[in-house]
Amino acid sequence: MIRKVLFLLLLSLLVVSAATAQDAVTLTYLVDDSQNSQDMAKALVEAFTAQNPNITINIESRPGGTDGDNIVKTRLATGDMTDIFFYNSGSLLQALNPAQTIVDISGEPFIANIVESFLPTVSKDGAIFGVPTGTAMGGGILYNTKIYEQLGLSIPTTWDEFVANNAAIQEAGIPPVLATFGDTWTSQLFVLADYYNVEQAVPGFADAYTGNQAKYASTPAALAGFQYLQQGFELGWWQQDFATTRFEQGLSLLANAEVAHYPMLTFALSTIATNFPDQANDIGFFAQPGASADANGATIWMPAGTYIAQTTSHVEEAKAFLAFIASVEGVDTITAKVPPNGPYLIKGSSLPDTVLPAVQQLAGYIDSGNSYPALEFVSPIKGPNLEQLCVAVGTGQMDAATAAGNYDLDVERQAQQLGIPGW
Amino acid sequence: MNIRKLIASLWIDVVSLIVISIVFVVPFIFIFLTAAKPRTEAAMFEFTWPSQFQLLENIKEVVEFGDGRIFLAFANSIFITVASVTLIVLLAALVAFVLQRRRDRVASAVSSIMLAGLIIPPAVVPTIFVLQEIGLYRTLWGMIMVQVAYTMPFAILVFRTFMASIPGEIDEAAIIDGASPMQMFFYVILPLLRPAIITVIVVSSVGIYNDFTGPLYFLPGSQNVTVQVTLFSYISQFTSQWNLLFANVVLITIPPLIMFMFFQRQIVAGMTAGAIKG
Amino acid sequence: MEATLRPKTVLRTYPHWFYIPAGIVFAIFFVVPTVLAFYFSLTRWTLFDATFIGLDNYERFFNDPQLTAGLRNTFIYAVLTSGLKVVIALPLAMLLTSSIRLKGLFRGIIFFPVLVSTVAVGITFGALMQPSIGLINTALGVFGIPRIDWLGDPDLALFSVALVDVWKGVGIAMVIFIAGILSIPLDYFDAARLEGETWIKFRYVILPLSRNATFTVILLSFISGLRTFDLIWTMTRGGPGFASDVLTSVIYKQYQAGFYGLSAAGNVVLFVLVTILVYPLMRFFQRVEIEL
Repeated sequence: MIRKVLFLLLLSLLVVSAATAQDAVTLTYLVDDSQNSQDMAKALVEAFTAQNPNITINIESRPGGTDGDNIVKTRLATGDMTDIFFYNSGSLLQALNPAQTIVDISGEPFIANIVESFLPTVSKDGAIFGVPTGTAMGGGILYNTKIYEQLGLSIPTTWDEFVANNAAIQEAGIPPVLATFGDTWTSQLFVLADYYNVEQAVPGFADAYTGNQAKYASTPAALAGFQYLQQGFELGWWQQDFATTRFEQGLSLLANAEVAHYPMLTFALSTIATNFPDQANDIGFFAQPGASADANGATIWMPAGTYIAQTTSHVEEAKAFLAFIASVEGVDTITAKVPPNGPYLIKGSSLPDTVLPAVQQLAGYIDSGNSYPALEFVSPIKGPNLEQLCVAVGTGQMDAATAAGNYDLDVERQAQQLGIPGW
Repeated sequence: MNIRKLIASLWIDVVSLIVISIVFVVPFIFIFLTAAKPRTEAAMFEFTWPSQFQLLENIKEVVEFGDGRIFLAFANSIFITVASVTLIVLLAALVAFVLQRRRDRVASAVSSIMLAGLIIPPAVVPTIFVLQEIGLYRTLWGMIMVQVAYTMPFAILVFRTFMASIPGEIDEAAIIDGASPMQMFFYVILPLLRPAIITVIVVSSVGIYNDFTGPLYFLPGSQNVTVQVTLFSYISQFTSQWNLLFANVVLITIPPLIMFMFFQRQIVAGMTAGAIKG
Repeated sequence: MEATLRPKTVLRTYPHWFYIPAGIVFAIFFVVPTVLAFYFSLTRWTLFDATFIGLDNYERFFNDPQLTAGLRNTFIYAVLTSGLKVVIALPLAMLLTSSIRLKGLFRGIIFFPVLVSTVAVGITFGALMQPSIGLINTALGVFGIPRIDWLGDPDLALFSVALVDVWKGVGIAMVIFIAGILSIPLDYFDAARLEGETWIKFRYVILPLSRNATFTVILLSFISGLRTFDLIWTMTRGGPGFASDVLTSVIYKQYQAGFYGLSAAGNVVLFVLVTILVYPLMRFFQRVEIEL
């Protein structure tokens, strides 16, 4: 009864307000609940609505990770998405069936502001669906520079050097590598961040993989990532309680020099900067080392995008917001609020001089041409079970070869579900 | 002799008191203490009195988090619970009434369907499809109907068992007085079912209020949050703020606690009536 | 009593249409989805369109080593929780029907966790079971027991969750046993009292005569053990890796991943498993049930 009354009240309010201010438009923006994304979205919305007083944007939050993927997927599939939403680019976007659910913005003038390398990650069959929101990120090894100075270590450029560094760190009584399997998604980095090395060893792996020609289990370079996890467990690299440690708990260990390395995306940097402002400058970044020092480079994650759902009734206003995000002004708005985790993909934008050292190190790889996108940005297929498989290897329950074989099966399932030819 | 016996029996009392307190009471005290601590102290998980008792501040922070999402969650959960339980009591009592009084082939078919409903786990994803087809997906009413369907078999079982203790002569008297079936049901049978109704209300409202799986599948989206899903999502949002997480646990445990204090006797007595003969 | 009324009167007094409102709700929201599950399990389904692919989903389901591990875990979990509930609740019920003081309070305290939300219990024990600083290990440490990684050790995680399940559910089992013991006619105890031993009372009176209660407890907790999801999902999400995955968590993960057809196939496997395990058990119990 009370609900009914409230509902009627609300309805009449809506009718009244619609009659008085016809121009006022309210959009809802669905954003994941990480500190980073929320701060960024708030900054963008505040700046944009200040310029466009007739538009109001409400931010709605959703969980991250696979829970969030599922919510986005079902809300789009059931025609019940918010007007605009923030979501990964690359293979995760492809799984949303974008041609049927997301507004094509390829004809918009602001597309010209976007760095070309981003566009394929938000496109399908010539249609473009989103604008880059936030910075690109590096996937590799975050390390505590204090421990490196103390032990006189240098940045490893091959996996063997990395193993040797870890042995020295272990000798000093510090756990060399942080594992936060309590948040399962964090377990995948050794595999995913190794893609630069895979591409160096097997050029064109992504296409062969998408076309059902190349497999993780039968490609030694691709299998390596799983083997690293196995090695890490067998050599006892992880800290105590690794199976249940959560992401944020792990960051505090890294910032306080209680562990030396963390295989992670550079997006963790802004969380460190927020939670441990005094220690953020102690964190460095290096690319995940591979077989040879000659081909040493970083794997890059494209920024997530902001997309317009086809079900919105305010396409024009939503596009205006996307245009703002894809402008230098939009970029500066974000920078003022959130420390950048990598370069922006908006033409004419630049990073401030005060940027964190780890971000400078990442930029070094990109500027010298030693970087390549992660597999999920050059192939539409990513198996959903990778994180559990990586935890299984990292906790010694499964060997690398079995996990790679199981992952190939997982990839096959995903490819069939997406209806990709050749599977 | 008597004193030795007394000591012997006291000995059992004391040991039980200690064991039961450690196993069943300590976790709840731990919840309460952690909910009242400052952030860093809570993260140490110690079983100590808070250095600074700030339960109300923590609860206030939880309530304010996400623009009062917790109020919406409570409103939704309570609405779902009350509506479902009302429907369950009415529909299940109707069925149980006829089911227990008639011994025909239809009745035995209904009995086996009820039994199947008790045993067979629900098919969740196809239920989403059905809800979507009839436009009830992601609506509170959709959730309510699902809860009614899932809980009804249990309620029918309890009512049927209890019906057996209501003598048929009462029906006869009502018929002779000229009551219609509906009148007989509402004015004669339903009031007599009162103890069984209390059991059904308590058990199913606790089950529905505490249900996590149902809303997880059928009620995605932030307008439809329920208390359990809110609590679950706070696990990742309050990663290092255990005091807030436990303050939320304290908050959502209040309704079952009230239920418990009012109905403890009936729960214990009533559960048995339903369970034993099933 | 039916004999005294003419059939026609009976028919009018207990109309069949009383079944209808409940029947409609049950049919739409339970029966139809259950039947549809069989159909969707034979398709690759995107919530919009379903492509018929025959038995592929089942083939995948049974070829996947993680899923077979999930089946095994489901079974272990159900047997373990129902067994432990009987073993713990029966002595508790005996204690709390004896002349012990405070029995009302004890019954209430042990029953209370039944009413508390599973998610809340999962969070609480997640904290209590922290390996380095959790209260349980701290307490055990006092007795010199070394640190146990309750939820992080793959060999232990499932059992840890099962223990919490028993903690939460033992109250129901206890209440059922109490009712069973209280319904035993006093003459049986009088006969046993001649012997005077608690053990005799237990072995020759309570154990055999509370058989019905035992069956109810086993059946209820076995069914709920096979269907368990909330607690596992809150505490471990099936992890570490796949170590504590049960059928329902596998089904949920496939649903999350968008493999709706595969998820429906998992559901069908769950129906079948529950039915073939529970139905014979129930028939057996009914056959050997005793009348007091």
